[in-house]
Amino acid sequence: MAVKTLFVDPTRCIGCRACEAACRECDSHKGESMVMVDFVDRGRSVATQPTVCMHCEDPIAPCAQVCPAVAILITPDGVVQQADPSRCIGCRNCVYACPFGVPKFDVGAKLMKKCNLCYDRTAQGQKPWCAQACPTQALWYGDFEEFAGQRRGHPVDLTRFGEQQVQTRVFHVLPQAAQWLDVSGLLQDAARELHGEAAPREEAWVL
Amino acid sequence: MAVNRDIFVRRDPNYDFQTYGPEPGQWQQAAALPDQLVPTHCCFCGVQCGMFLKVEGGKVTGVEAREYEHNRGHLCPKGVVAYQQVDHPERLTHPLIRRGGKGGRLERASWDEALEYVVSRWRRIQQEHGKDAVAIYSGSSMTNEKCYIAGKFARVGLGTRHIDYNGRLCMSSAATAYTKAFGLDRAPLPMTDIPLADSILIAGSNVAECFPIVTDWLWQARDRGASLIVLDPRETATARTADLWLPVRPGTDIAVLNAMLRILMREGLVDEDYLATRVNGWDEVRAAVEPYTPEEAERIAGVPAERVVAAARLYGRAARSLILHARGIEHSTHGVNNVLACINLALARGQVGQPGGGVAMLTGQGNGQGGREHGQKANQLPGYRHIDVPEEREQIARVWGIPAEDLPWEGAAATEMPHLMVSGEIKSCLVLCSNLMVSLPDVAVVQRALDNLDPLVVIDFFLSETAARADVVLPGSVWCEDEGTTTNLEGRVVKINRAAPPPGEARRDWEILADLAHRLGRGQYFPYTSAHDIWQELREASRGGLADYGGITWEKIDRQGGVFWPCPTEDHPGTPRLFTERFAHPDGRARMFPISYTPPAEEPSADFPFRLTSGRVVYHYLSGTQTRRLGYLNSQAPEPWVEIHPRAAAPLGIADGDRVRVRTPRGAMELKALVVPTIRPDTLFIPFHYGNKEAVNQLTNPATDPTVKIPEYKACAAAIERLDAPLPVLAARPKVNYTPESQPKMFPYTAGETKDPASREAKRY
Repeated sequence: MAVKTLFVDPTRCIGCRACEAACRECDSHKGESMVMVDFVDRGRSVATQPTVCMHCEDPIAPCAQVCPAVAILITPDGVVQQADPSRCIGCRNCVYACPFGVPKFDVGAKLMKKCNLCYDRTAQGQKPWCAQACPTQALWYGDFEEFAGQRRGHPVDLTRFGEQQVQTRVFHVLPQAAQWLDVSGLLQDAARELHGEAAPREEAWVL
Repeated sequence: MAVNRDIFVRRDPNYDFQTYGPEPGQWQQAAALPDQLVPTHCCFCGVQCGMFLKVEGGKVTGVEAREYEHNRGHLCPKGVVAYQQVDHPERLTHPLIRRGGKGGRLERASWDEALEYVVSRWRRIQQEHGKDAVAIYSGSSMTNEKCYIAGKFARVGLGTRHIDYNGRLCMSSAATAYTKAFGLDRAPLPMTDIPLADSILIAGSNVAECFPIVTDWLWQARDRGASLIVLDPRETATARTADLWLPVRPGTDIAVLNAMLRILMREGLVDEDYLATRVNGWDEVRAAVEPYTPEEAERIAGVPAERVVAAARLYGRAARSLILHARGIEHSTHGVNNVLACINLALARGQVGQPGGGVAMLTGQGNGQGGREHGQKANQLPGYRHIDVPEEREQIARVWGIPAEDLPWEGAAATEMPHLMVSGEIKSCLVLCSNLMVSLPDVAVVQRALDNLDPLVVIDFFLSETAARADVVLPGSVWCEDEGTTTNLEGRVVKINRAAPPPGEARRDWEILADLAHRLGRGQYFPYTSAHDIWQELREASRGGLADYGGITWEKIDRQGGVFWPCPTEDHPGTPRLFTERFAHPDGRARMFPISYTPPAEEPSADFPFRLTSGRVVYHYLSGTQTRRLGYLNSQAPEPWVEIHPRAAAPLGIADGDRVRVRTPRGAMELKALVVPTIRPDTLFIPFHYGNKEAVNQLTNPATDPTVKIPEYKACAAAIERLDAPLPVLAARPKVNYTPESQPKMFPYTAGETKDPASREAKRY
């Protein structure tokens, strides 16, 4: 069965935060956005990146695994839900366990909150609000075959942090073909660049 | 998106859902299920995205995606929250009047009192000072029906020749350039054509922030392998991933465009067959671009010569190439020429009229296209007819049922009005759909002009900076409280539907104008009972004109998903692509004009070492009257900032986030600095959506293009300094290239309208 999911393509993101605005429109958490848009480093670039819940599949949902109250439930089709408010004890284990920094802790409500892939909409065959609104389709919703047919870029669903890795339901779209998104490798590259070890030759772009 | 909200608000790193400011009332009805989805379009920019409004118990409670051909269910953040204006707590719900005169307070009044006061004042002013002493200053962010009635109200209701609109500040240079080159002013192709292009040159448009929905069409073109070239002084989100970024010095674009054309000539990339069969004027253009070597472009525009060459090759070698341009090149004292230089490139490549090829303007305002077609412009009558062509006057006079002699002649342009207000030639002005105190350059002059009016009458739905200075404020309607049509940046006529009644005593704008006309004793010319009545008259009036809406019906718009004008008959499907076989000039050929580089009116000097440019932010729309009141949007960019390159900031001791002072010869303002390497080191950028002490137009130069009077918002000389830096004691001077003495037509604030009202000379177009 073709699994419909999100594809996150930062090369398309313009940082307009339409996804945040749209996420806030959801009746189940009106006024609160579960998707986050961040500048990668505004001091260097206008590059931005949206972060949604990646709905981890293998290992399945670290947030749910560490929840002592079994508040975070996973649907049979693999969508990791937000913590059930009647069960959540506000311990923040999930916040610390998530490899992507997705669950947020609402201090006022003493509850964990996160993206549940707009379960109310997607269960009815609609797109989640973020991908529905996204004017540039940096957040794109559909299945892998549809993506391959319509779009350029290389989707990967495996993210590596050094020795550890996680396979997710949501795809990152990379500019070059790769087996996985190598987070620590990219961080090391960035550090080298920052400390001048591999400073890229900068063209005189303005005269 | 240029700024991170961290610069304004400190966020809780643990949880940041709640830093977004207060929410308007509808949010309390979060659980309500809509009993109706009203199909309509967004009220903001020229894209006019399709959307559904959720309506529950007569209240607009939310938004839902609507698959429409050009936005395909997507929305930008403005579109998502647009509905929150409907029940907004700051809405004006009853007329206000300044009973104590200037300096008094705005007090609640009845409609009768407010309208009778306005009408009695206007009658007296017109008796004592002539009909032209009352002016109308209108806008384009409203339906075609309202734009049409604004023009008719001025000419028939008041009999004044002074009506102009805010499109003067927006589209006038592009409109004139297209009319000169093609004989018709409309983007020649639909947005859905963009992915057909193999190379796209974006000249002076921050597409990502101003037209987020257009971005997806660009990315689709890129997915197909198209190259993307961006001409912009800032590395915008569009420029970031473009194949080539041309970081041009503000106001010098012609040097780059001409140099590109010269390279096309040299490298045999010019379509000589097309030029011979479809275009006039190529020989003059060929000679005119000869001096613009890549090195000359580098000297004038500051773009490395190799990049200019690379751009010309990327653009010129593509089988299908498209130029998209916007205010970045048009807001200039040579705005018309900038656009003509783009058109020359596209014509030389033989692209105009091809699917996915040619040149297209990105119209900024919601109804920026329709608003400039139906007669609210100083020199224009409905259907893009000219007010100084006797046959066209006759046609409209017949539709309106008045003698053609009673039809006033051309009046003052929007940028000429402040001068006439200061000099007393205009005694009273009705402003609708406009916020002059934010949008016009050199706010100090504008304020003097407005304060000299008695009365200043404003129709608005929020108390804008301009409404706050008015003597009478009349509460109008937001877009979805009325129905009608708008024409988007493609020339597609779409239908706006009504989702809610206006709040309190507020009325639809056309009802207010019709009521005023009745009270002025001209009611027989305004017998409308619905917006549809106005629409039918508009169709009739436009019939046979350049912008022919004669064959468009509201039913057809629903059936077809919009109709592109010209559409002369009801069985005509409309015209998505223009100029496929012939141009709109009588001989069917396009015209090229030789363009030479002329500098901006004001350039940097030792005292003012920077070029200041202004522009939009994705969260705000025009003067911000609407978007600054919408919690989510305003929380993202609650105040303006100035972008400066680290290389320029370091010697001045300016660090990221510091409050700094930016000065120009007009004034100074204090704001936060955003120190980023994504802007030219000789350029400063400030967004323009803010009012009062935060308005960048306190600083901008009121010099305009001498022909169309569009202000040069995008280039003036400026200085930036830390707040603790001493203010200069001696009068600092910029480099002045033109003065009101040497170029009076470039300075309407100083020279004013010089046209003789009795001049009946017919112009030939």
